[in-house]
Formats: sequence, C-alpha cells, structure tokens
Amino acid sequence: MVETPLILQTVDLTKHFGMIKAAERISVEVNQGQLVGIVGANGSGKTTFLNLITGYLKPERGRILFMGRDTTGLPPRVITRLGVARSFQVPQLYTHMNVLECVLLSLAAESGNGGSFWQPLFEESRRAEALETLGRFGLSAYAHRPTSELPEGGRKLLDIALSFALKPKLLLMDEPTSGVSIEDKFEVMDTLVKVLQESNVTTIFVEHDMEVVQRYGWRVLVFDEGQVIADGKPDNVLADPEVRKTVLGRV
Amino acid sequence: MRPNLRVLSIVSALLILVPLVVPSWVVFILTKALFIFIAVLGVALFLRGGQITFGHALFFATGTYTVGFSVKWFELRETLVLVPMGALTGLIMAALVGLIMARYRGVFFAMLNLAFSMILYAILLKLYWVTGGTDGISVGTATFLGLPLPAGTYPFYYFTLVIAGLITYVVYRFLASPLGYFLRAIADNEIRIEYSGESVRRVIYLTYILAGGLGGVSGVLAAFTVGHVVPEDAFWIQSAQFVFIALLGGFEGILGSLMGAVAFEFIQTYSSKYFPYAWQLTLGGIMLLVILFRPGGLWAIYESLVSRFSSKAEGSTHG
Repeated sequence: MVETPLILQTVDLTKHFGMIKAAERISVEVNQGQLVGIVGANGSGKTTFLNLITGYLKPERGRILFMGRDTTGLPPRVITRLGVARSFQVPQLYTHMNVLECVLLSLAAESGNGGSFWQPLFEESRRAEALETLGRFGLSAYAHRPTSELPEGGRKLLDIALSFALKPKLLLMDEPTSGVSIEDKFEVMDTLVKVLQESNVTTIFVEHDMEVVQRYGWRVLVFDEGQVIADGKPDNVLADPEVRKTVLGRV
Repeated sequence: MRPNLRVLSIVSALLILVPLVVPSWVVFILTKALFIFIAVLGVALFLRGGQITFGHALFFATGTYTVGFSVKWFELRETLVLVPMGALTGLIMAALVGLIMARYRGVFFAMLNLAFSMILYAILLKLYWVTGGTDGISVGTATFLGLPLPAGTYPFYYFTLVIAGLITYVVYRFLASPLGYFLRAIADNEIRIEYSGESVRRVIYLTYILAGGLGGVSGVLAAFTVGHVVPEDAFWIQSAQFVFIALLGGFEGILGSLMGAVAFEFIQTYSSKYFPYAWQLTLGGIMLLVILFRPGGLWAIYESLVSRFSSKAEGSTHG
C-alpha cells in the first residue's frame, strides 16, 4: 500500500494536570486519508489529545506539526483556519438558531465572509451548499427546525456537519456515537464515514465503543494514563488481552 | 430582527402621517423618540449578543459634544455635515474604547462601559474652559443646506425620520449578515464560533464600532432637538435609560427599540404631568411588569398578538 504524506505529527506531547498525566510524551504520526480511532478508559487522555491538537490546551512540552507547520500553542481559531476542525462529545450548537442557519454560519466562516456585515448570510449559492451539506448528513428534514428540536443522533451529526462545512483537511471527532442509541450508532457512523471518505478528509475519532472502532477504524491508538500503549490495525490491537484489560477493565 | 415588510410599511406610514394631525408638542416628542431609538439600537445589538452595556451614553455624548464644539469653535450647524461627523466621532471613540472592551464579556463588559462613560462625564464636567462645565454649550438652531431647521418643526422631524430610516436599513443589513448572526451566536456558544475559525473578539469589536456610530448620530440629533449639550449626556442615568428602553421595547425586533422609545417618551411625559412626584415610580413599575410578564418587551406583545390573530384567522378559514 502506498504511504500517503504525513498530515499530523506530534512529538513528545506532554500535559499534566497536577499529579494527573493527561498526556505523556505522545509521539504519533497520521497520514493523509487515514481513519484513525482512539480508544482508552475514562481519564486516559483521549480528549486531552484532541484538545492539544486543536489548541484548546497548550502542551507543557512537545510539538504539534500539521502538514509540516508547527501549530503548537496556536489558538483554536487559527488552527481551524489552517484546516483542522473538530466536533465535541457534547454537541456545540447555536441553540437559538435553526439547523440551516448554523450550517450557513460555518460556510460563511470557511469562505472568509464571517466578518461580512453587509452581504446577507442567506446568499443563494451558500444556501444551496448548506442544504446539500445537510442532505449528505441526512438532516434535510430538520433544515428549518430549531437545533433544540433535534434528536441526540441528529445533534451529533449536525455538530460534525458544522465542522465538515469548514472543509477541513483533518477532522477530529470526540465520541461521535456517545448518547446515540445502540440501534442508531452504526447508522450514524455509516453516514459519517461515507461523507468523510467521499471528501477525503483525514479523520481521528475518539470512541468508547470498541465495536465501532473495530468496524470503522483503519488504525487504532490505545491510550492509557496519557500514553499511547498500542498502535496498529484494529483487529490485531483490540484482540490483545492487555489492551482489552486496559480499555474494558477485563479480558 | 427579521424584516417584516407589512409592519415596516404600517410603522412608516404612521410616522409620516401622524405628525400632520397631532399638536406640535407631540411632534417634538416623536422627534425625541426617533433619536433615542437610534441610540437604543446600539444597546439592543449587544443585548442580542447576550451582553449589556451601562455606558452607551459615552457615544451619545460624543455626538452631542461633536455638535457643541463645532458650534463653539466653527459656528458650524449644518446637519448634512454634522450627522456624518457625529457618526464618525462615535465610530472613532468606539474603535478606541473597543480595543479594551472586546476582551470582556458579562458583568465586566457592562461595568467597564459604565466606567468609560463616567470618565467622559468627569472630563466634560471639569474641563469647563473647553466644555462649559455644568453649563454646557448652547448649540442653537440647526441648518439644512444653510437654511434654518428649527427643532420641533415638521422639517426637523422629517429630517430625523429620514436619518432613522437609513439607520434602520443599515442595522437590518448588519443583522442579516454573517457578522450579525455571529453576534447572536455569542449568546449561544462562543466555543463553536472560535472553532469555526471566527473571532468572538472581532465580532464584539465590529459591533461595538457600529453601536458607537449609532450613538454618535443620535447625539447630533439630540443636541439640535434640545438646543443644548451638557455633561449629563454622558452620565450613567442616560445609559440606564437606553437600557430601560431597549428592554421595554424588546431587542428581538429592530422595531422593538422604536416601540420602546415612543412608549418611553409618552410614559415619561404623561407620568411627569399626572404624577410629578412619582414618575420614576411609574417607570419602575412598568419595567417590573415587563420583566415579570413579558421579558421580550413590547415587540413580544406585538408578536403574540399577531400570531393569535393569524391563528384565529386560519381557524375561521378552515372552520
């Protein structure tokens, strides 16, 4: 298999909260087009890793390189503009807007028109693109509904759609199926993976559910106490009794 | 603040025609309501973004003293020059103060605004050899293309109405733009804004500049309506009055600020006539009722009436 260029590289990334080692010398390389799952028990440092990459947290040591550029310590806004978007464990939506307006805002920001104070948000071409984006995420029926009326799965999808609308090169998803019912989680993931693969967006997703990681991840990183303790193909890594014990607390 | 052409047409028609059939003192009150509406729009913008300012009189006074100094130093009373100049001085003042204000939110934003307006108040009060101190500066009668434009007359009223109309259009365009939506989003979710690659500070700063310009224009019109500028134009009571009116009218619709300004002027006039020793009590009581029963203000009352009537009309059509 031909190796694609590196899109993300972390070198000795370290972050402690008092005595807690949230990230301990994490050195990871991710190639373009990969779909990487991150698993680990609660408090193992998965979300901290995403927060460090997206600039929400600043590392005490180490470096983050995105497409060869050092992004260590840059604020989230700047990192987002460089092409790194993220979704959240608890969806971050605009609660007083409808679904279409939320996507339109992401598209306006992506095109550099976020600061425009004269052209309307509802430009015809932007509106068409927003509706198309919602269609790809299966949210067309909710376009004109307030975000507060979305079911949990829909909220998750919209949260990711808002990040996807920014046309990122790298998308980080924090537990895309948490809060989604067991029946719906594969449907949510099928939708997401299809859209992301079609657009060739490199994706890293944090997930509690080993089954989801095994089914959708091309590669899995296992976190424990802020360290990457295993890295490889999901079938191999997740079959390891040590990994299962660490993640699930049992073999 | 969605456009509602029907409401806009009705309100425009009322504002154009009513002054022709009412006594001249009502025309004066409506003129006051119009310039206050312009200043209140600035406060309402921030309320939409979940922020409150107790110092908007800073820009209002910047506008009034733009007129004061123009008259004092240059004998300049030309409205076609001074209205844009008031907008510009308000913008510049906001662009400077906004560099600090854009860093704050919530109670700090509210109180720092108050602090800046009180600094200006103190300067206007103490530098009496420049500002006239407590006596202020008498500005006399405005001119329009060199012709006198006395306050309280139809020409002055319609001039103010045209300016208010232009300002309404500008604010409408702003609110319909991505920046206007991002302002609204600040009340909802700052994290999502930053993770969209947009800067919350920039949104606050640009809104601040617009609000400053509105305050400046309002101040220019106020100076010529009253004929006199005083340090109280920058005092906290003036700022509180703007907030009061914004809440009374409601900040979800642009016209809510207009409703609030008109209502406030008439309540103030009648309550000081019939309850001269308790007119503040009347205002306080009304604010209490609004907050308790209609936090969305007069605009929310209007909207609920419209939806009730339209659902009744639908019911009778289908029934």
